[in-house]
Amino acid sequence: MEIPYTVAERPDTGLYNGKLGIWLFLASEVMLFGGLFSSYILLRTGDPNWFKPELSVPMATLNTMVLITSSVTMVMSWASLRLQDFKKFRLFSGATFLLASAFMVIKAFEYNTELSHHLYPSANNFMATYFTMTGLHGLHVLGGMVVIAYLWGPGSKMWKTEPERFTNRVEITGLYWHFVDLVWIFLFPALYLL
Amino acid sequence: MSLKAFHVFFIIVSILLTVLVGVWGVHQYIVHGSGGNLALGGIFFFSGLGLVVYLMWFFAKLKEL
Repeated sequence: MEIPYTVAERPDTGLYNGKLGIWLFLASEVMLFGGLFSSYILLRTGDPNWFKPELSVPMATLNTMVLITSSVTMVMSWASLRLQDFKKFRLFSGATFLLASAFMVIKAFEYNTELSHHLYPSANNFMATYFTMTGLHGLHVLGGMVVIAYLWGPGSKMWKTEPERFTNRVEITGLYWHFVDLVWIFLFPALYLL
Repeated sequence: MSLKAFHVFFIIVSILLTVLVGVWGVHQYIVHGSGGNLALGGIFFFSGLGLVVYLMWFFAKLKEL
């Protein structure tokens, strides 16, 4: 039996299954990160002895540029499939994976610097929220990398049998990836600049 | 919302971030005399200009999709 609405849009929602699913998931993610941002604001405004150590703004700046570029390569990989160019999809999707890897490597260097200066999560309220929020964000980047790698590699076989469904899979991965990038766009000024 | 629309929204938010960091860098330079932060603000300001150009290119590209 064939699963309905994997490609065609449902008449009642106007969305195919995958897109409805990813938006429901992203709504729960907004609540998760929203709760953490709220906690950060309340801790920061309520603590008279708030202490924020110097973090590496250049490294975070580089990571911001890396993630913005990765969102461009992600949308280009989807656009390539829409234009029936599978080779370009591979190129842009691979570039997205490499940029995500670069983000993780830079973040690892940053964590290493902070830990070597004894800035552990237990050091103060700021470091506790910093490691929680950036750590959770890093896990999301890692999750995205797994999906991108799958669609670049074994998952891409679907392009030969069901090209429209495969294009939809890349689109919902792109929606997730943009959300992860958007979270960083808010984390960067909140944790590093303000 | 489609990926196209979300991408446009993301790039607009990114442009707003570059403006925010640009202003922050200039403010830090005026208050603390920090040349490094001024340079950072400059980098973000020019990145913002690049994103505006990209967004215009993307709108033109959208017609093909």
